[in-house]
Amino acid sequence: MNGAKVELRGLRRNFAGTLALDGLDLTIEPGELIAFLGPSGCGKTTALRCVAGFEQPDEGAVLVDDKDITRVPANKRDAGMVFQSYSLFPNLSIKDNVAFGLRVRKVAAAKRHARAQELLELIGLPHIGERFPHQLSGGQQQRVALARALALEPRVLLLDEPLSALDAKVRISLRDEIRRLQLSLGITTIFVTHDQEEALSMADRVAVLRAGRLEQVADPATLYDRPATPFVAEFVGTMNRIPGRVSGDKVTVLGQLLPVDGEVPATPDVEVLVRPEAVQVTPDAEAIGMVLVSSFRGSTARLRIQLGDTEVLADVPGHDTTRLAPGTRVRVSLVERPVLVSAAAPQAQSATVEGLVPQHDVV
Amino acid sequence: MSAPSEVRTAAPRGGRTRSKSWLATVPLLAFVVLIFGVPLVIILGGTFKREGAFSAANITESVQGAYLTAMIGSVKLSALVAVVGALLGTFLAQAVVTSRFRMLREAVLTASGVLSNFGGIPLAFAWIATLGNSGVITSALGLDSVGWSLYNFWGLALVYLYFSVPLMVVVVVPALDGLRPQWREAAQNNGANTWQYWRHVGIPVLTPTLLGGVVLLFGGAFAAYATAAAMVGGTVPLVTLQIANALSGNVLIGHENVALALSLDMIIVAGLVMAVYLPLQRRSARWLR
Repeated sequence: MNGAKVELRGLRRNFAGTLALDGLDLTIEPGELIAFLGPSGCGKTTALRCVAGFEQPDEGAVLVDDKDITRVPANKRDAGMVFQSYSLFPNLSIKDNVAFGLRVRKVAAAKRHARAQELLELIGLPHIGERFPHQLSGGQQQRVALARALALEPRVLLLDEPLSALDAKVRISLRDEIRRLQLSLGITTIFVTHDQEEALSMADRVAVLRAGRLEQVADPATLYDRPATPFVAEFVGTMNRIPGRVSGDKVTVLGQLLPVDGEVPATPDVEVLVRPEAVQVTPDAEAIGMVLVSSFRGSTARLRIQLGDTEVLADVPGHDTTRLAPGTRVRVSLVERPVLVSAAAPQAQSATVEGLVPQHDVV
Repeated sequence: MSAPSEVRTAAPRGGRTRSKSWLATVPLLAFVVLIFGVPLVIILGGTFKREGAFSAANITESVQGAYLTAMIGSVKLSALVAVVGALLGTFLAQAVVTSRFRMLREAVLTASGVLSNFGGIPLAFAWIATLGNSGVITSALGLDSVGWSLYNFWGLALVYLYFSVPLMVVVVVPALDGLRPQWREAAQNNGANTWQYWRHVGIPVLTPTLLGGVVLLFGGAFAAYATAAAMVGGTVPLVTLQIANALSGNVLIGHENVALALSLDMIIVAGLVMAVYLPLQRRSARWLR
């Protein structure tokens, strides 16, 4: 089973005045797992449904291996799909669910049951063939749905938020399972999710969508470290927006002079985008920073720190929580590396922290 | 210290085994006894009694001659109404459920709720006034000149369908709403066309409801009396009309107990329908268990 190349060209789709897709262009390489990530209503599911054939774009085309399939009916496309939930046929046994596509294609019973068994073994549930869907847990049902989607050896696999109805633990184990299968089969996969952690942990590349348009498509590390737009920065992971002042290609923030990464805005007053893990915190009775809240997360703890008018989030090692308890005075600094900046929001321009940070706070 | 608390927890547990909660079912049980039990005892008591002595003569008579014809007529009419009504009702319900016009859906559902309870003499009169011998439409379209008559088996079937189709709509709409769009899409995704989806998924999922609907429609048509009495009197042989005749002594005096025997025959027919329905229902719904 080899993956196909999938191309979305200028997809546009209007639902009674709401623009779900607004000229979406994207090429998905053979064998790649790409995640469509975005808030609800961003068009990610519509895009997926255009590939599956359940939705017809008003404009644009869907190409699989350079062949235009835009007008090909859904039941004639070479793509397996896993739905959000409850998509197994309730009246058919698990074995018959998995073998449904083969039955439709009039494959002999013995052959299709053998294939169903093979797929059930592939998803690690070899003994449930005779059961009915309602006798399985949500996680098992989604695995079976995955086996059914793979039964016809499609060259594209479409996953429409397949984990969103499951509890956290099952979700994590199943996403590893999906990734393992996808890699071993080499099948081109589009995974729709609104869960950024899911997207970052599974995908080769993540496409962030907003209002029917592509904001950025990049591998998870690039997306996290170098978000192309403030929207991506906010949507993927947590981002501090700390007031700063640009001079040349450097920016002064929290009393530190750091190089600017990417475009420098025209206005000198900017917001510097900093991840919580790039914020360093040291207890200092003389400093103006104060820990407001500390939430323990096991290996790390997230601190909410008051710095004058600004609040900053910082991730520190979990074992530091006792010496950085709420109420502790702390000194805050940033890891020395290039930072992203964006033009400051109007109300933030006056609240520059620079003047509020005493000199000794600078590392 | 632990002993008293054990005693305290043991008390309610003991109380629960001697629960009085069954008392809540007393009104229902009393109702069942009154509505089903008492008539059944009267029917059984009277059926096997002729001229004060135990006898099977009433039963024997009830399955012969005109009574047998009436029973066959009732079963035929009810079966026809049940099957045609279920088919038409299901198609109408599907059309309404998949319609993009919400107003149409609401209108049909409301009308179905009302019409499914339409029966008796008002229903007969409505049809007589519309399509009877001097009915408005009969006269307007000159149907009488082409031999149209409402007062026969087929006319009665038409009138029974008038409340049976809406009843089927009311029964089947929730089941159609329960067909998830993902099932159809998953079937398409697996290469199935519309017919294959219905054959392998849609119809099997609906079958328990459809069977239930057929039985309900059969029962409704089988038990109907007033509409038929007002419309056709004695011209169409039906068991409910025969029961009324025998009870009132219209035709023959002293046949009240034959009426009871006919009632028992009706119960047996209903029992036979259930004997066919239940295993079918169980088989079609085995995926639910």
